[in-house]
Amino acid sequence: MKYTLSVLVENHPGVLSKVSGLFSRRAFNIESLAVGITEDPNISRMTIVADGDEYVIEQLEKQLNKVIPVIKVRTYTNGEFISRELSLIKVSCQPKQRVDIMAIAELMEAKIVDVSVNTITLQFADTIERFETLTDLLKPYGIREIVRTGTVAIEKDSIACRK
Amino acid sequence: MISGAEIMVKCLQKEGVEIVFGYPGAVICPFFDELHNTDIKAVLVRQEQNAAHAASGYARALSKVGVCVATSGPGALNMITGIATAYMDSIPLIAITGQVKSDVLGRDVFQEADITGACESFVKHSYLVKDTADLPRVFREAFHIASTGRPGPVLIDVPVDIQQGEIEEFTYPEKVNIIGYKPSVHGHPMQIKRALEMIYASERPVICAGGGVLTSGAKPKFREFIEKTGIPVVSTMMGIGIMPSDDPQYIGMLGSHGRKAANITVHNADLIILCGARVGDRAVASPDQVVEHANVIHIDIDPAEIGKNMKTSIPIVGDMRNVLNQLLKDIDYKTPSGWIEQVTLWKKEYEPVPDRFDGYVEPKSFIADLSGMVRAKAIMCADVGQNQIWCANNCRLRDGRFFTSGGMGTMGYSVPAAIGAKLARPSRDVIAVCGDGSFQMSMNELATIAVEKLNIKIIIMRNTVLGMVHELQDKFYGSRYAVTELETVPDFVSLAQSYGIEAAYASSNDEALELSKNMLKSDKPFVLVCNVHPGTTSI
Repeated sequence: MKYTLSVLVENHPGVLSKVSGLFSRRAFNIESLAVGITEDPNISRMTIVADGDEYVIEQLEKQLNKVIPVIKVRTYTNGEFISRELSLIKVSCQPKQRVDIMAIAELMEAKIVDVSVNTITLQFADTIERFETLTDLLKPYGIREIVRTGTVAIEKDSIACRK
Repeated sequence: MISGAEIMVKCLQKEGVEIVFGYPGAVICPFFDELHNTDIKAVLVRQEQNAAHAASGYARALSKVGVCVATSGPGALNMITGIATAYMDSIPLIAITGQVKSDVLGRDVFQEADITGACESFVKHSYLVKDTADLPRVFREAFHIASTGRPGPVLIDVPVDIQQGEIEEFTYPEKVNIIGYKPSVHGHPMQIKRALEMIYASERPVICAGGGVLTSGAKPKFREFIEKTGIPVVSTMMGIGIMPSDDPQYIGMLGSHGRKAANITVHNADLIILCGARVGDRAVASPDQVVEHANVIHIDIDPAEIGKNMKTSIPIVGDMRNVLNQLLKDIDYKTPSGWIEQVTLWKKEYEPVPDRFDGYVEPKSFIADLSGMVRAKAIMCADVGQNQIWCANNCRLRDGRFFTSGGMGTMGYSVPAAIGAKLARPSRDVIAVCGDGSFQMSMNELATIAVEKLNIKIIIMRNTVLGMVHELQDKFYGSRYAVTELETVPDFVSLAQSYGIEAAYASSNDEALELSKNMLKSDKPFVLVCNVHPGTTSI
């Protein structure tokens, strides 16, 4: 099963390697890892999507907590967070196909960011599930290149407040 | 103005450091130069790995942070095995390494190695200092991290220009504030209550005592707890010494190389209380089998150890001494006498009988006898291999300590660890027991022993093979002795004598004991070489 972990870390050089080194050393499988500075410039947030059972995720949490510059670890459960991933998708596109792809883009709320004679590039920011739908729709045209940022996630306040 | 090197030395003084173990080199020169003017003693070892091992022996003997120092590149790299060894056994160390100038870092200059990168997976934390002004904070934090929570090694890598750099004045931070490091030291009251209920409900309880009991200084509390409850005790290798070896309540070390009675007790228990033990694979080979019939209460300061190797019924995160105090406050339990009788019976039934070979020293009974002759608070340092198992199972400890590389199994540990232990505790008997294989991994330290005039007794079990693997080959590889026969071993007696250290050979237990008597009377170092038959088994 896939889990989304949100990890607050001190914004020091070397912290990323301390955390990412953990995954290979303890043989954890991670799907994506996204890092960025938070509202506090001294603190960064890592969003990690990891694959594993409950035991693996518990271990992952505990081992992350042992890393000194790690401040807080949260594993999100379904429904309590919003997640997004930004992707850029370059698709083969003959001039006569352009209208079809533009229709798909409109339907999926993807943005067209570049067009050439033979290609079209879409920008898409949504969940992994919606990303998969979009790529399924685009596959028949020939996907040339995909670049993904990895998932970032934030807790839903609407739920936190109710608690 | 004050230089970085001077700050480093002042930080050590502030932390109460009296001895550092090290080896010099170009980019750690500013530090050693400053150290030279102070009361802090610098012990020159003969290879950097041994600086870390010696600091480890020192740290264990004094329950204090040990300090080892090396230069950049090869010096730091040599120290790696010692750092990793300390990490596996939760020993508090500060490893200081010199580094090339910070403005050429990453350009592969002479003696440059990314030591913080290389050590990442086996240090508790590491620093690469980029600013002289950071040094006081870094040292303060490093000592705090190394010595609190679950102790471990912390690496401080200091480029030479940072050591030479100057700042206005030195102030040592009074407080440490590391936002992501706040170890829990008290057991959760609810879990304590649940644990007590589980103990009351048990009929066949056993306690497995690990290194954490010693690390937290909980030995007296632990003894109080087991005396009050009568629960039988097994120990891991790191937990040897918590119980006096001849205590009727103590069954022995568990595990693949432990006492059969200890393993049988664990496999028949209905409650296992793990105290500062991490259930390593050598201690419990099949934890899944054990939890089928037993509840597990796991007490450890490191939450990541709980549930890692064995399913736990009740986890208690906290410092062993505090948790035992909390448990002792309310406990009212006596172990059923039938279970105690059964365990005692197993202990008698599975008492191992040593095999004897004429013309050789039988190591198990010799170690038992020797450890009975030393003073009560003696420190026994065992190396790695058959000699380690012989010591672990046969050492008669009363109030003494047992130092060995438990987790990493690093050959060559005992002699440098004994050096550290003796410098820490000059009034105690310090004995290093090693094989002829492991001794040859650190025999260069005879020089350190001679120079420092350390009264350390080294017992070499000379069987001319790498015994542990040799035995493995007997069992699983059709007695094909691939690369385990030493063929030539030096004449250890002449070797020791060439360093000005007295030495002798023994070829029978009587001879070995006679020599030991004299050896223990003298206040000089001694090397006793025991000829051991290569067919002697470890268990």
